[in-house]
Amino acid sequence: MRNFISERAQEIPPSGIRKFFDLALTMEDVISLGVGEPDFRTPWNICESSIYSIEQGVTSYTPNKGLPVLRETLSGYLQQHYNLPYNSDNEIIITSGVSEALDIAIRAIVNPGDEILIAQPSYVSYAPCVTLAGGIAVPVQCTESDRFKLNPEALQEKITGKTKALMINFPNNPTGAVMNREDLRAIADIVIDKDLLLITDEVYAELTYEGSHVAAATVSDLWQRTITLNGFSKAYAMTGWRVGYLCAPKELCEAVLKIHQYVMLCAPVMGQVGALEAIRSAEEDKNNMVQEYRLRRNMFVAGLNRIGLPTHVPEGAFYAFPSVKQTGLSDTEFAERLLKEQRVAVVPGSVFGVGGDYHLRCAYAVSRKHLTEALGRIETFLKGL
Amino acid sequence: MNEKDLELLKILEDNSRLSAQEIAAMTNLAPSEVEARIHALEAAGVIRKYTTVINWEMAGNGEVSSIIELKVSPERDYGYDRIAESLSRFRQVKTLRLMTGTYDLQLLVTGKNMQEVSRFVSEHVAPMDRIRETATHIIMKSYKENGNMLFEQKEAERLPYSF
Repeated sequence: MRNFISERAQEIPPSGIRKFFDLALTMEDVISLGVGEPDFRTPWNICESSIYSIEQGVTSYTPNKGLPVLRETLSGYLQQHYNLPYNSDNEIIITSGVSEALDIAIRAIVNPGDEILIAQPSYVSYAPCVTLAGGIAVPVQCTESDRFKLNPEALQEKITGKTKALMINFPNNPTGAVMNREDLRAIADIVIDKDLLLITDEVYAELTYEGSHVAAATVSDLWQRTITLNGFSKAYAMTGWRVGYLCAPKELCEAVLKIHQYVMLCAPVMGQVGALEAIRSAEEDKNNMVQEYRLRRNMFVAGLNRIGLPTHVPEGAFYAFPSVKQTGLSDTEFAERLLKEQRVAVVPGSVFGVGGDYHLRCAYAVSRKHLTEALGRIETFLKGL
Repeated sequence: MNEKDLELLKILEDNSRLSAQEIAAMTNLAPSEVEARIHALEAAGVIRKYTTVINWEMAGNGEVSSIIELKVSPERDYGYDRIAESLSRFRQVKTLRLMTGTYDLQLLVTGKNMQEVSRFVSEHVAPMDRIRETATHIIMKSYKENGNMLFEQKEAERLPYSF
């Protein structure tokens, strides 16, 4: 029989932590700091509005772009909270999570052989999505000495005649790094000078602990060459609902929409109804969750530094990214032994691409009690090395 | 009262048993500053007491709780204050509030059994001057107290890893 698997599918490496996953599932009493999702339940008013809509028979397809009322409400929200002007008629598409938004954005812009720069460490799907679209993913390393912000010189170095776009994600998964307006300005100058497109994944925007989030598209002259991705998963504890959105100038949005209508048709209507309720009335729930993450971040990061794992203070998202270099173990060895010996699950940083090695991603989206217990276990592990 | 004080109050309202060290780690304040701020809030009377939320039904002491509503004729110069303060002195009255609506005062009263509650209302509360009408509601079951659910909730299952 022939090998039916496409070369592209073969080209994508399997997930680096499959074996960790399988191991953790067989163990008892594991504290997992490996989960990149909120530990809160979705606020009940969101759930209830979705349940009610199902009772009312709201179970059909929606327009490809998403429910008009959701797009209108979202458009107002983006303007009010981030100063982002996107027209609800033709510049916003509701997607099945940011994952889908990312995929269709890349497919809409990549020609075979185009190089797409990815600020790394980064979320695991960016590079494979570029590969699947026939492009070439080119990592740009963000380093600890820059507090994991994207360095303009590092970016400049990677640009060639084939470079088409830059993908960034701030607040960042896995480092928690944030780019302020000046940081973004320096990047914007290069993007404009080299005539690149910017894809910015801002799904952790609401989880910003120092000051307020700066949307990349609000940096002057960037809007017309930016695709903004965001979603409801992280801010409103709605990961399983699969609702995200893509915002871009009309021409770009039209191209993306063609792909969206063929691959997804529309985001699930129940999720869209829940998302609408989230914007309308879950502001306080969101703020309470963000405040709790902030408290956990403070105590957890201080704790990691105290027990001997140097950790920069993450200004956003819900990840701490400690360095393990001085232990003499690689991040993968450290993570594997920590799981086996002390039953704490963390993600080795190298999973997230260049710049991630010798670091661990520890999600503090678990209770304070568990964080304290995890710190104790990691300390015991370090003493035994 | 500044933002840090409000942050401390929220933390203590959720769990008043946290140590100054634990609160300090969460708020990026020095433990001594946490203690000083809490003492100041206690001294100012903003923090009234440290208490617990107990599921008495589960503890099984058999006590009966009731909500009692009162229509009251307010007093010249004092309004509802004097009668409310007078009612507050009864040990049996756990909570007392002035409300809008059909009734004026709302009391939470607990007693060993139904007879004790009803005797308290008929002998002590109803005969008071200026009380025109009472309505007593016995609490059958409590599902949520002070933001805390009193019934068992299933833990949501999460994957050990996700990105």
